Amino acid sequence: MNKFVFLIPILPLIGFLINGLGRNFLSRSAVVIIGCGALIASFATSILLFREVSSPDFTTQVITYFDFIKTAGLDIRFAFQVDQLSVLFLLIITGIGALIHIYSAAYMHEESVPNYARYFAYLNLFVFSMLLLVLGANFVVMFIGWEGVGLCSYLLIGYWFKNKDYNNAAKKAFVMNRIGDLGFLLAIFWMLSQYGTISYLELFPKISTAPATVITGITMLLFVGAMGKSAQIPLYTWLPDAMAGPTPVSALIHAATMVTAGIYMIARSNVMYSLAPHTQDVVAIIGAATGLLAATIALKQNDIKKVLAYSTVSQLGLMFMALGVGAYTAGVFHVMTHAFFKALLFLGAGSVIHAMHHQQDIMKMGGLKKYLPITHITFLIGCLAIAGIPPFAGFFSKDEILTAALEKNPIFYVLGVATSLMTAFYMFRLYFLTFSGKFRGTEEQKYHLHESPAAMTWPLTILAGFSILAGLIGIPKVFMEDGHLLANFLSPVVSSQSMEHPVVHLSHSLELGLMGAVLALILLMIFMAFKKYASLETAETSEAGIAKVLANKWYVDELYDAIIVKPLNKFSSFLSRIIDNKIIDGFVNGVGNAVLYSARQLRLLQSGQVGSYVLIMVICIIIFFIFQLFWKL
Amino acid sequence: MFSAFDNFPALLIWLPLLGGILSFFMKQEGSARLTALISSILSLGVVVASFVLSDEKYMMLNQVSYVWLPGLRSSFGLVLDGLTKIVCLLTAVIFPIVLLVTKKDQYKNSNSFYGLLMLTQCGLMGVFMATDALVFYFFWELALIPVYFLSSIWGGEKRIKATFKFFIYTFIGSLFLLIGILYMYLATPDTSFGLVSFYNLQLSSVEQHWLFFLFFIAFAIKMPIFPLHTWQPEAYEQAPTTVTMIMSGVMVKMGLFGLIRWLLPLFPLAVKDFNTGIIIVIVIGMVYASLVAIYQDNLKKLIAYSSIAHIGLMAAGVFTLKDVAMQGAVLQMFNHGINIVALWIAAELIERQTGITKISDLGGIAQKAPLLSIFFVVAAMANIALPLTNAFVGEFMIFNGLYQFNPWIAAIAGLSIILSAVYTLNMIKNVFYGETVAATTGFCDIGKSHVFVFCAITILIFVAGIYPTPVFKMIHETTGIVLNRYSAL
Repeated sequence: MNKFVFLIPILPLIGFLINGLGRNFLSRSAVVIIGCGALIASFATSILLFREVSSPDFTTQVITYFDFIKTAGLDIRFAFQVDQLSVLFLLIITGIGALIHIYSAAYMHEESVPNYARYFAYLNLFVFSMLLLVLGANFVVMFIGWEGVGLCSYLLIGYWFKNKDYNNAAKKAFVMNRIGDLGFLLAIFWMLSQYGTISYLELFPKISTAPATVITGITMLLFVGAMGKSAQIPLYTWLPDAMAGPTPVSALIHAATMVTAGIYMIARSNVMYSLAPHTQDVVAIIGAATGLLAATIALKQNDIKKVLAYSTVSQLGLMFMALGVGAYTAGVFHVMTHAFFKALLFLGAGSVIHAMHHQQDIMKMGGLKKYLPITHITFLIGCLAIAGIPPFAGFFSKDEILTAALEKNPIFYVLGVATSLMTAFYMFRLYFLTFSGKFRGTEEQKYHLHESPAAMTWPLTILAGFSILAGLIGIPKVFMEDGHLLANFLSPVVSSQSMEHPVVHLSHSLELGLMGAVLALILLMIFMAFKKYASLETAETSEAGIAKVLANKWYVDELYDAIIVKPLNKFSSFLSRIIDNKIIDGFVNGVGNAVLYSARQLRLLQSGQVGSYVLIMVICIIIFFIFQLFWKL
Repeated sequence: MFSAFDNFPALLIWLPLLGGILSFFMKQEGSARLTALISSILSLGVVVASFVLSDEKYMMLNQVSYVWLPGLRSSFGLVLDGLTKIVCLLTAVIFPIVLLVTKKDQYKNSNSFYGLLMLTQCGLMGVFMATDALVFYFFWELALIPVYFLSSIWGGEKRIKATFKFFIYTFIGSLFLLIGILYMYLATPDTSFGLVSFYNLQLSSVEQHWLFFLFFIAFAIKMPIFPLHTWQPEAYEQAPTTVTMIMSGVMVKMGLFGLIRWLLPLFPLAVKDFNTGIIIVIVIGMVYASLVAIYQDNLKKLIAYSSIAHIGLMAAGVFTLKDVAMQGAVLQMFNHGINIVALWIAAELIERQTGITKISDLGGIAQKAPLLSIFFVVAAMANIALPLTNAFVGEFMIFNGLYQFNPWIAAIAGLSIILSAVYTLNMIKNVFYGETVAATTGFCDIGKSHVFVFCAITILIFVAGIYPTPVFKMIHETTGIVLNRYSAL
């Protein structure tokens, strides 16, 4: 099986090359077959690999392909690591990736063939990079994938490159990711100079040989990288803007896979984080704060994709909170369930947008359940899953995070619950505004309303199935003693620190009681959303007080603009116009002019009159003598 | 004077020289260009042959020493070692590329133009291969003077001012260099210009200090390093693009090469004393140049400032005296040359079609010229060191060395990684994306010869980015020798 591991990333790369190079020659169906086929084949290979990894006698395997940088004390190999964690991510990426590719084939059908091929080429390149990221056996290969997915995200956000705003969004995403990448790079250099290796298998056993401050520093820098990629405070503002890209891209890259790379990175290096309690605290605090902040913003957004985008930021925050309290399995579990229901929600949103002819404002929707029955049902399942209603997938993973948070620190628990309640409210606000009540759009739009084609509804149905069932692989101990299949599966690679040393001991009855209380509150939230939005007649306006602040996203974009972007532009203009042109170049020109001037003046000395020459000669002789006199002294 | 031509270094001097002289006497423009092209391709063939024939058996083919000026004890010594091979390969690759892509450019007296261009190549090859200080200086000037004429005769509107500044700057640098070389020449026991005699010279710390600056200023101006850089943006903007490609792709490497071959081995005590200060200045200059690049609205000036930042990184890497950074810098010298030439080709194509280099007057080219846009984006991404492109490996190694030298300096230099993304993406956005504007509505995509050249560059970018290991095998010996001089200190 080892021999075939390379196929998993290579197949999408081949798809990228064929569709990219042949974009002017291939037919539309050829593009689809190549683009989707590469992913399906890659998914099939991943399943075979999963079967092997899940056998009980499997041990972690590293497959080295060639030396990447081997000189001057560096020994960086291009190698893949196959273990439980990487295989789990492989399945998520290729599986959901394949569904989204199929969905895209129908969703993007309005594009001309070369652009269609370009779209699939980018999408395949993204999957290739993402697979490198999770398959890499060392941090450099991970970094290659890390920047690769950033590039693809940039290319796909700016896919409709005629639009200026989209281009700005793409640029913003890339630059913010690069800020994080610098942290990641510095962490790599630090690890190299401290341990001399960045290969996981060689590095992790050596971790504790360094002083605690070093481990804290390295993990903090890695987390800076994760902040950029996974859109955490303060580097989260690119993700909502990234919704400029086509909706399937938002589903795949900006919800299900790429943005979870930061969680993968921390889960991968959980050995290091467990030894750096200060970093863990920071991760948990940033995660909890991001979760809460993004949830508040989502309450007042009217763009269907923006609500989902802030919801993604918020859910990512919850995952980081889980990692921060040491519940790595819970974080990875939520990555998985979230991938299913958030991909489902985005694709459902895409179906709605498709039916509404690119209308994204939920205030101008309403009553769509009549027209889009499959989209409606699957979207509802997604909402129930993300809200945490049992037995849908989100319930189990969210509950595990909350339990772990409570065991570590009740404050995190309260923040997590608050985030969950808001999530339930804004998701059902979104649901009711879109699907219930009266249609608030134009007659023209109403006339054209239609359910999406099968290539779009089938992926929705499959994802809905997983959103219902996926939680069952992680049944908590309260219900079943050995029900957490995922934790058992991941146990060789992910330590379960919090389970071993809980700060607060929870009795089963207390845990069940809290679970029930939270559930009741969530149902109350859904009911409130129902009361307020299920039969809304006219568009809601948020023009005053806190509502306005939330609708304007706490003015964070404006703040960044005022304290970073504008000063930076002013500073660069100052450096260019004043320092470079006036001072440095002015000095150079000044010296040049001074030389020219003195040359002109010296020329006057050559007057041609013998008298003046004699005079100069005498002066020089006198100077010479005086000089000699002092020299001797 | 010369007794045999059966070796590579001599061929690399003679081929361009011969090509240049022949071009001078060609009557027609086409034949002058063709002569230059053929001689440059032959040079490339020689360099490639020297790569293949590089083991012990062929050692003699890769070095040469002829009696030149026996009275002065200067011998015409040339060598092709690992370091030299890389920069000679760069030179030999860039010239045919430049000649291929500019074939539509019309020049008055084109025979002189191509003649001077080949003379420049001859000078560059000589600079890189010389093992004798006088020969080095001779070629250093030989590379400079033709470029001065090329820019001042065939350049843009403000060419006189720009080339004058360029000339004065580099001439002052050369003067310092000459003084330094002469001082060392007189100090050697056998009064020789040979590199080995220079290496063996025991100089006091004080002597090293001021000799260091004589050499360093010459090299720093050539690269250029902040704050000696102001000749560059104007010179790049005003010179004909052919010449700009040569200057930014190859000539700036003369300074970096000089650091590794001459400055570091000759004045170890002074380098030890000054390197921290110099690295700090360079790193400030990198961030400074990146910030200035953000403000630029002229495509050519933007590329020029970007180049200042990238060259600064290489220079800083060399001064860390860490093997990993030095090898990275050598690799990066090659990569940077390839990438920046690709950017210039695109800039030249845009200017030729629209007559505009002002970024804010451009836009929407991606719709009209998808091929050009793809190649440009690839080159731009390589320029900002995206992984799996060539520059990532080089910059990764340099930053690694810089980090070993001082983590904080590495972190500040790292700001240029972020800033480079800002100005590069701005450039892509404003030139290629968006709606078309008046100047770009009739824009045509590139022709076959350009596709060929860009494909070659793209392949080089990825090959060097994915499998750079062979290069390290070639250069680690040279960098090891240089750094050995520091191991005893």
